[in-house]
Amino acid sequence: MFIISQTDKRPMYLQIMEQIKQQVAVGNWASGQAIPSIRQLAADIGVSVITVKRAYLELEREGVIVTRQGKGCFVASDAEVGTRIREQELAQHLEQAARSAALLGISQKNLEKRIRAIYDRVADAEKEPV
Amino acid sequence: MTDYAIELEGVCKSYPFFELQNIALQLQRGTIMGLIGPNGAGKSTTIRILMGLVHQDRGEVRVLGHRMPQEQIAAKWDIGFASEDMRLYDVMTMGWHIHFMKSMYQSWDDAYAQLLLKRFGLNAEQKIKGLSHGQRVKATLLLVFARRPKLLVLDEPTTGLDPVARHEILRELTAVMVEDGRSVLFSSHNTQDVEQISDQITFIDRGRILDSMDKEAYLDRWRRLRLEVPDGVVLPPLPGIIGVRQSGRLAVATANAFMPHLPSEYENSGVRVHAVENMTLEEIFVANVERSREEVNA
Repeated sequence: MFIISQTDKRPMYLQIMEQIKQQVAVGNWASGQAIPSIRQLAADIGVSVITVKRAYLELEREGVIVTRQGKGCFVASDAEVGTRIREQELAQHLEQAARSAALLGISQKNLEKRIRAIYDRVADAEKEPV
Repeated sequence: MTDYAIELEGVCKSYPFFELQNIALQLQRGTIMGLIGPNGAGKSTTIRILMGLVHQDRGEVRVLGHRMPQEQIAAKWDIGFASEDMRLYDVMTMGWHIHFMKSMYQSWDDAYAQLLLKRFGLNAEQKIKGLSHGQRVKATLLLVFARRPKLLVLDEPTTGLDPVARHEILRELTAVMVEDGRSVLFSSHNTQDVEQISDQITFIDRGRILDSMDKEAYLDRWRRLRLEVPDGVVLPPLPGIIGVRQSGRLAVATANAFMPHLPSEYENSGVRVHAVENMTLEEIFVANVERSREEVNA
């Protein structure tokens, strides 16, 4: 289920975080559901305990999972956790777009215009009958 | 009981052409440590000392709470050790070896041995002399794993193995860690193996330990910064940067003590930071060894 890419330049803990978020975002791991222990997931993926521990710590900080002492780890129990993850992803993409635009000297107005155009195109494509 | 499976303090050993200098190392129980370093760095000598096979000239060595080499007999019941120069009996079968180990070790787990036979694709009826190099390595490791020792000490367990066999061994090593309190020390040239499965990294070069710490913290300290140096701007020397290569307006800086404010310090002196990249253990390995050699030559 979890696959660590050797060509992915990001550290392994980030890859694990992203794949756990995917599990939650698509609903494979439901909110409030128990998830594998750190040691178990480490053995399942075939990576070190400390790497999974780091991923879990960061995910806890982001509010995606919770650890209950003596009971184990769970997906955060608010119903919107999946939506929140997608929301965070969107925020990251937007920030990246804004940075790239600033680097190229594109004005705020111009960037807005281009996003609006893309939004219209995507929305149109979704409306088209199959 | 101490919290450490292995403790080395001020360990020295001199040979005519090689010297192990002041080795200090601690392996916490329940963790995997990868020992890395170039050929001839002192990895095997360190392992032989902590197994009591070579006696240190000076320094304290404790393994599972036992002083080495004095108490090595007591210690070895709980240590599973495998190295490249170990030999099985050529004319005997794998099954004979399993029976032999079973008769010696009370902790022997026969069900696990049978499972490993299947997983490693080995045949109990086959004589050792008919096995390939990779099969021999797997056979040796099987005989060590099935004892379920508290501490595994493996000298180059994945050297000379094909990718599938390597993967099988790494899997078993991480599976060992599901049980609390078991520890592993292994040496390897393969930085990818070490990066993937170890909790702790110890870096040896020329008989000295360059670094020994938590893997995540270690990888986190290293970064490569891609910089643009406009005309008239001089790259400032910043703490944490161990090497800079510049060609014209472009420069690449390597940090071994990266801090989040480092890029803005460059920006403040007029240098543009194009990218801050994580480094793989392989890249760190090369940078670290080059730096240590420059220091020695300087």
